[in-house]
Amino acid sequence: MITGEDVDHISWLASIRVAENEKDEFVDQFNTVLEYFHQLDELDTEDVEPTYRMVELVNIFREDEAKESLPQEETLRNAPKRENGYFKSPRIV
Amino acid sequence: MLRELKEEIASGSAEEVISALLERVKRSRLNAYNVLAEESALARARKFDESPWDGRMAGIPIAIKDSISTRGIETTCSSWILRGYIPPYDAHVIERLKAEGVIILGKTNMDEFCMGTSTETSCFGPTRNPWDTERVPGGSSGGSAAAVAAGEAPCALGSDTGGSIRCPASFCGIVGMKPTYGLVSRYGLISYANSLEQIGPLASTVEDAALMLDVIAGHDPRDSTSAKTEGGYLDGLEDGVRGMVCGVPKEYLGEGLDSSVERSVWDAISVLEDLGASWREVSLPHTRYALAAYYIIAMSEASSNLARFDGLRYGLRIGTDKDWHTTFSEIRAAGFGPEVKRRILLGTYALSAGYYGRYYLKALKVRTLIKEDFLRAFQDVDVLVTPTMPFPAFRIGERIQDPLSLYMADVFTVPINLAGVPAISLPCGFAGGLPVGLQIVGDHFAEKTVFRVSRAYEDATPHHAARPQEVI
Repeated sequence: MITGEDVDHISWLASIRVAENEKDEFVDQFNTVLEYFHQLDELDTEDVEPTYRMVELVNIFREDEAKESLPQEETLRNAPKRENGYFKSPRIV
Repeated sequence: MLRELKEEIASGSAEEVISALLERVKRSRLNAYNVLAEESALARARKFDESPWDGRMAGIPIAIKDSISTRGIETTCSSWILRGYIPPYDAHVIERLKAEGVIILGKTNMDEFCMGTSTETSCFGPTRNPWDTERVPGGSSGGSAAAVAAGEAPCALGSDTGGSIRCPASFCGIVGMKPTYGLVSRYGLISYANSLEQIGPLASTVEDAALMLDVIAGHDPRDSTSAKTEGGYLDGLEDGVRGMVCGVPKEYLGEGLDSSVERSVWDAISVLEDLGASWREVSLPHTRYALAAYYIIAMSEASSNLARFDGLRYGLRIGTDKDWHTTFSEIRAAGFGPEVKRRILLGTYALSAGYYGRYYLKALKVRTLIKEDFLRAFQDVDVLVTPTMPFPAFRIGERIQDPLSLYMADVFTVPINLAGVPAISLPCGFAGGLPVGLQIVGDHFAEKTVFRVSRAYEDATPHHAARPQEVI
């Protein structure tokens, strides 16, 4: 069972603030969905390999050549805050 | 249809065709479009009329799902967190379409970040079903499907993670195709669940869908999962189904299936029989575990893919900056809708320390079993024939409050994404005035077979020609 404390922890991990008034509904919904997920426990998958991807991947190499990239101005055009040609982030430390 | 339209535009006026479409969209209340690219579409149409260019889709107008990046046209995934974002580059599929001469009409409405089955989770409000405006068009590519069904675009692109092309194609009575995983480059598709999703066509006819897939498929080194393929999806389209074997999975017919949908599917199987195919019952024994495995994988991948939306490089930035974590947590709380939050949070939980083995790894193992079900079936049959959706379009608001009941609607579409095989939905009749979709599934990279069966069925039935009245 997921509790309100679990939701607080997940919310911190996911960097999405969950307001107090949203929490109870999330707890109920998450428990309903997780209960549904638990039907997978019926299956014995001890000797089954996981499928991470649908296509067989092999390494593809190419020459390490510099190519044209997006101009700085275009890269920054969508940024809500910028300064001296940089993205401006909130304070990290 | 597209073939005729191309000739009509080449001998007439692209500007007239585009203007008429734009007018139709503007007087419609379906809410199929998030953004109309009116100026650029008209400018390109005028240019085409002055000196027409060549191309397999020269002058053809097209609508693009808002999950696909279009240079210079706002692309939001129907989410507040991306409002105002104007991509500086085109997705691979857009480059391909432009190289073949299309004119982009605009971006279509969808469930926020493709997370939904009804186009109700959009920050722009729901799209309405053109057959009954009180009902959903399906999702998540509901805007693209509604636009094509209502004559607001001759064709459109969608993306399909767990049914998001086939479901709205089914609910709106048009053709929608999800290709084999890897056939179409995902470069420029805004990621939700990257190991499951593919871009594909929504169109009025099988031939149109085959032409569009021919244009957008092909290797792209910018997508590491992109396959090398041959194309040629129009070749052999009319070769018929004589001698082919259709598998009917017993797990897809029966409990929980609307009786008129079931009848339409059996009628369709009879039509294929009359055309010279045979059918046999097959079993996909792990079907009942597909939904749980799908949602665990999709939510887990979503929690990782959607970590990039932080309001730093693009999108929503609110309030005054506090510390890094608080600022981003508040932006993401304000920018994402409830369903997106649910999936990110549940996915985060499924991947968190101590739970990885129980949920994510378990789901990947179940995916193996489901894929093996399909591969085993395709040793004996050429295609699988199933309903696309268990019921016709439901009412707006009917299921949105209960996430699990909405997830259940995807029961016949998600196994196909887990197995990575191609599948199409095409119109196969009506139930209470609402379209019913037939799903035809092929083996990996057997798109030609899927199209061939679909075309034979379409030729023999009138359903694809039915169109709703204009909704004003």
